[in-house]
Amino acid sequence: MKPVRVITGTALPLDRSDVDTDQIIPSDWLKRVERTGFGQGLFSEWREDPGFVLNDPRFAGARILVAGPNFGTGSSREHAVWAIQQYGFEAVISARFGDIFRNNAAKNGLVPVPVDGDAARSLLDAVAGAPSVEITVDVEQLIVSAPGAGVSTGFSLDSSVQHRLLEGLDDIGLTLAHTEAIGAFESARPAWMPSLA
Amino acid sequence: MGRTLSEKVWDRHVVHQAAGEPDLLYIDLHLVHEVTSPQAFDGLRASGRAVRRPDLTVATEDHNVPTDDIAWPIADPISRQQVEALRANCEEFGITLFPMGHPGQGIVHVIGPEMGLTQPGMTIVCGDSHTSTHGAFGALAFGIGTSEVEHVLATQTLPQQQPGTMSVTVEGALPAACTAKDVILAIIGRIGTGGGIGSVIEYRGPVIESLTMEGRMTVCNMSIEAGARAGLIAPDDTTFGYLQERPCAPTGAAWEAALDDWRSLCTDDDAAFDQEVVIDGSELAPHVSWGTNPAQVAPIDGAVPHPDSFAEASGRDAAARALDYMDLAPGTLFKEIPVDTVFIGSCTNSRIEDLRAAASVVEERRAHPGVRTYVVPGSAAVKAQAEAEGLHQVFKAAGFDWRAPGCSMCLAMNPDKLSAGERCASTSNRNFEGRQGKGGRTHLVSPAVAAATAVAGVFATPGDLA
Ligand code: SF4
Repeated sequence: MKPVRVITGTALPLDRSDVDTDQIIPSDWLKRVERTGFGQGLFSEWREDPGFVLNDPRFAGARILVAGPNFGTGSSREHAVWAIQQYGFEAVISARFGDIFRNNAAKNGLVPVPVDGDAARSLLDAVAGAPSVEITVDVEQLIVSAPGAGVSTGFSLDSSVQHRLLEGLDDIGLTLAHTEAIGAFESARPAWMPSLA
Repeated sequence: MGRTLSEKVWDRHVVHQAAGEPDLLYIDLHLVHEVTSPQAFDGLRASGRAVRRPDLTVATEDHNVPTDDIAWPIADPISRQQVEALRANCEEFGITLFPMGHPGQGIVHVIGPEMGLTQPGMTIVCGDSHTSTHGAFGALAFGIGTSEVEHVLATQTLPQQQPGTMSVTVEGALPAACTAKDVILAIIGRIGTGGGIGSVIEYRGPVIESLTMEGRMTVCNMSIEAGARAGLIAPDDTTFGYLQERPCAPTGAAWEAALDDWRSLCTDDDAAFDQEVVIDGSELAPHVSWGTNPAQVAPIDGAVPHPDSFAEASGRDAAARALDYMDLAPGTLFKEIPVDTVFIGSCTNSRIEDLRAAASVVEERRAHPGVRTYVVPGSAAVKAQAEAEGLHQVFKAAGFDWRAPGCSMCLAMNPDKLSAGERCASTSNRNFEGRQGKGGRTHLVSPAVAAATAVAGVFATPGDLA
C-alpha cells in the first residue's frame, strides 16, 4: 500500500443516504477473480440514468466523493472499495460509514472521512453549487477543509489506522511479527474445539 | 464491574494487546466461499505465504451455483471460472471444500451450524456480512473484506478495534402470528440501518429465549442490516440441545467439558451496555418491507407510508426515492398489492424449520396463477431432510418450484433473477435496489407470509387465507 498523507482535489456530491455496497458495485461485477477492472462497474446501474451525478461532466476528475449518511452499508464486498479507487477517488466523506466498508477502505488506502452531519451537509451543498471547489483531506492533521466554501472541520480516524495510512504499512507483515504469541495462544486452546482435520 | 457476553468472548481471544493498536484476535473458524476469496488467495501466492490453519478453514460453493441443474460444469462461463478458482485454491492450500452436489454443500451460514462447527464462545469470520448468523450460538461472528480474508488465511488472527456493546431486549411474548423474521424486521425498523454501527448487539429477553435455534439465526443474521458489527445470543439449553450429536460437536468427556465452559458464557448481571433498547414483543405484528433499505418496514396490516410522515429531511427523501423505485403509492394497503414472484430461501430463512413453516401454509392449497414461486433450501442437508419429510411433495403439489441449494435469488449471481419491474415477496435479508435482479422490487417477509402471499397473489398472512 502507498502512504497517504494529504489529498487535495475537486469532489463529487452524491447526495443520497444509505448508499449500500450493492449500489456501489452491483453483484454482476463480483464474478471477477482479479483485483482490478472495477472502475467501470462503479454505480453501474445508477449510471444508466443520464442525470446521475457521475455522468455530470462538471464533476469529471473529482478525487473526493462526498456522500449522505450511512455510506457503504450492507454487503462486505471489498470490490466496492476497489471500484471507488479504480474510478479515481482517494477519499470518501460521509457522516457515517458501514463498519466493514470503513475497514476495507482503510486497508486499501482509500481514506474514510467521517465528519459531523452539518459539515457533511455544507460540503455537499458547496460542491453541488460550485463544482470547482477544492477539498483537502489531511490525514496527518485529521482536518478536512474547503477554503473556497469556508468549511474546515476535524475528523476522527483510529490512531493505528492513521499510522498505517501515513506509513503505507502492510497489516499481514505487522501481524507476522507476533507469530510466537499466536503459536502460544494456539497451544492453549481447548482440544475439544472444532476442526476439519 | 461485570462484562457483557461479547466482551467475554473477545477477551478470551486476544493474542496481543498494546496501547494505540487494535487487539490481535485469534479466529477459531474461517468460512470461505467463491466470491470474496480469489483475490485473497492471489495475495498469498504473491507473497509466498501459506494458509496457517487449513484445519480451521472450510469452504463451500454457494453464491454462483445454479439451483436447477447442478451438474458440473456451470453453464455461465464467468460463474464457472470463479468456482473453478475456489476449487484450485482449496486444492493448492489444503482446505476442505464442499462442492456443488456434495451432501455437505450449502450456503456458508447454513452449513457451519448444521455440521456443529459453529459453537458457543468461538470467534468466526467469513468474507460475507451475514456471518453474524453464527452469533445465535453465542459466538462472536463477523463479516470481513477480502484483505482481511487474506490476513486470516495467513495468520489465523485479525487486528480489530473492540466494538461497542448494545442490548436489544424483547420483552413479553410474541403473538401467534409473529415469527423471528418479524422480530428482527421490527427491530431494524425501530433502530434504523445505522442503529448498530460500531456495536455488537446482544439480543435478550423472554421472546429471544423462546426462539428455536433456527429463529435465533434469523434474528442474528440480519444484525448487519441494522449496521451492527455482529449480533449474538447467550447460549442455553436450546443451543446445547441443537448442538449435541452434530458431526463436529464434541462427544463424551469433551462434551461435558465444553458444556461447563459454555454455561459460563452470559452477560454478568452488573454489566452495562453502551446502548440499550427495549421492545415489547407482545405488540409486534407480521412485517413487510416497502422500501429499498431494510429499515423501511411496516406491519403488513397497514398501508404504504407517506414520505411526509418522516420527521427528518433525509428520511423523507429516502422514502420518496424508495417509493418511486418500488412503484408504490402512499396509502396503498399492503394486502392489495399483487406480487409476481415469491422467493423462499437465503441464509436468513432457508433452514428446515422455515421450509416446514412455509409448507404448512401451502398444504392443500395452490400457488396463485401466474405467481412464480421458488423454494431454495439452504443446504444439501436441509434439502435431504425436507425430502425425507415429504415437504418437497407439498410444495410441488401446490405448484411451487423446488430447487437445489444455494444463495439463488437472494443476490441473483446465478440465473435466478427478477426482471425489471418484477415485484417479489422474499424471505431474504436485503431489499436494496437491484439486489434480486436489475430493476427488481423486493419486499422482505417471513416464510409464513411468503407462502401465504404466493397463495393469495397479494401480500397476505396465513390467517388471511380461506
Ligand atoms: S444467502 Fe444471500 S445474504 Fe446469505 S450468504 Fe448468500 S448471498 Fe449472502
